Amino acid sequence: MSIDLRRRRSVGDIVEKRLDLGEGEILRVKDLVVKFYTYAGVVHAVSSVSFYVKEGETISLVGETGCGKSVTTRAITRLIESPGRIEGGSVLFRRRSGQVVDLLKLDPETLRQIRGNEIAYIFQDPTSSLDPLYTIGYHIHETIKAHSKNAVKKETLKKAIDLLRQVLIPSPEVRVKNYPHEMSGGMRQRSVIAISLSNTPRLLIADEPTTNLDVTIQAQILDLMRKLQERYRMGVILITHNLGVVADVADRVYVMYAGKIVEEGSVEQIFYNPQHPYTKLLLRAVPDPTKRIEKLESIPGIVPSLINPPPGCRFQPRCPFAIDKCSRVEPPMIEVEDGHGAACWLLEKK
Amino acid sequence: MSMDILLEVKALKKYFRVRGSLTKKVRAVDGVDFSVKRGETLGVVGESGCGKTTLGKLVLKLIEPTSGKIFFEGRDVTKARGKWLKEYWRNAQMVFQDPHTSLDPKMTIASILLEPVRFHKISVGDEEEFLVRQMELVGLGKEHLYRYPHELSGGQKQRVAILRAIITRPKFIVLDEPTSSLDVSVQAQILELLKELQRKFSLTYMFISHDISVVKYMSSKMAVMYLGKIVEIGPSDQLFEKPLHPYTKFLLASVPIPDPKTSRSRERMIIRGEPPSPINPPPGCRFHPRCPFATEQCRRQEPTLIEVEPERFVACWLFAKK
Repeated sequence: MSIDLRRRRSVGDIVEKRLDLGEGEILRVKDLVVKFYTYAGVVHAVSSVSFYVKEGETISLVGETGCGKSVTTRAITRLIESPGRIEGGSVLFRRRSGQVVDLLKLDPETLRQIRGNEIAYIFQDPTSSLDPLYTIGYHIHETIKAHSKNAVKKETLKKAIDLLRQVLIPSPEVRVKNYPHEMSGGMRQRSVIAISLSNTPRLLIADEPTTNLDVTIQAQILDLMRKLQERYRMGVILITHNLGVVADVADRVYVMYAGKIVEEGSVEQIFYNPQHPYTKLLLRAVPDPTKRIEKLESIPGIVPSLINPPPGCRFQPRCPFAIDKCSRVEPPMIEVEDGHGAACWLLEKK
Repeated sequence: MSMDILLEVKALKKYFRVRGSLTKKVRAVDGVDFSVKRGETLGVVGESGCGKTTLGKLVLKLIEPTSGKIFFEGRDVTKARGKWLKEYWRNAQMVFQDPHTSLDPKMTIASILLEPVRFHKISVGDEEEFLVRQMELVGLGKEHLYRYPHELSGGQKQRVAILRAIITRPKFIVLDEPTSSLDVSVQAQILELLKELQRKFSLTYMFISHDISVVKYMSSKMAVMYLGKIVEIGPSDQLFEKPLHPYTKFLLASVPIPDPKTSRSRERMIIRGEPPSPINPPPGCRFHPRCPFATEQCRRQEPTLIEVEPERFVACWLFAKK
């Protein structure tokens, strides 16, 4: 199925079919396909990705560079720019009003009302998320103003000070008047978090929020996010390549490889009972400082080009356990225990 | 000095001038002492701006120290110039963090690798044959020889950078964040390669990284830096199991552990605030404004590294009393 995004649709269009989400779910992505039309060829960046987020839970998309984790989350609110195109799937989202909408079919104005309001993003590099010409206070004012026309600057600034206090910025009354360059990296990332919280979103998408930060600052930010999530009962999608961070904060994990989800499960299932060969190897490639490790597992070969992805399972050329079938037919997600599945033919026999 | 010490550094300092000021100075490295034994790996950890990269460059004399001494095989190389310096560089090499910028984009891999060979006038016989044999060491083939850096992946580029460093058969290599720009699966390949080369050529490493898990895996001895000073140094396993300095404790407690149970059951120790500026470091112990155990003495007097247990040195007044 392909969706023509250029055609404007009215709100009426969406309600044709009854859209439904499971109990407590706020987001369900189904069979999402994103392609990039480059001169070199069509890049199959995201191929049939499905996942869901429940209220108050943190899910994590883990994978290496270029596996499509960022593109997936950007596609949720259609933040894909040319030459990229969302070519299929649905993204059901439960709005604050309780109404369930398909974000991929929504008209641009309604979608604008959702972005930054009900769904907020935090990106990796806080410096480029902030406008150097405006103060932190103004950023927050702008974010609130964009979603409620009667916002008064005096009040939004008061709210800004309160938000900065919540993200543990010292002397927020002074900091609210600061420009981004007057703050340190950790403080900037806190400000970005404060901005994202300014409309109390239902879903927070954090794309490598701590990758540029030092470990002690990373620990501060993760701790902060945990507390804020408890307070606001937000659903959080955390994108990271750092398995240590995942182990620390995620409730459920989706492992991505070459534009596909290869394994999904609770954090315990993924770390203590990995099923997919890629997950197994990845976990053994990371040094655990609390254990004595003789040798790290390195995965032979490199990530395949997504212009011409290998036939069958995309991990098959690097997989030490590959069988004949792997290079011919793409494996479906096979459930091994409740809520735990992996896309691997080796599990079929069981 | 015992013969098995390869490198020794004494009271090494590097101050950088601040533009537009005659008196202000960035104290990037401010009085550092340590020694590295032959064949061991010294890990240097610390957060950004603590001076670990400056320290690596100082040791190799890529920048001139403000004061202090560097002994290599018992000889003071601080004053090395000309031929002597060239000889030092043949024995001590460096691998930089980002292979994308440390390899010249206009040179082929072959010419990148031949540059140090020709510079040090090492006779290798047939150059191509020699290079092919060398490329095997780092798992690359002949087909890569006449390519340009942009035609290689990040991991392959870092292999070339490592090969360039070992091609003169040095004794000592400073590895400055060699895997920070790589993905975990590639990182594992590079770390294993470095270990293999160390065994094969009995190399001595100084491994600088902000990634404490990687440093712990790679090194036998670990030094923790804070604002231009070493606050603690000791065997990696012991240091990790029982950190002494309050900063080390906080730092290690912040390291993400890829194991949900350990990670969630451990005591959460979140450090307050952020490191102060190295232009105007606090008086006394540099960590005292953020240290929950700071006493009056910490605010006034600077602690020095003292040996509290065999092989374990810490710069903290809490241990000086005992």
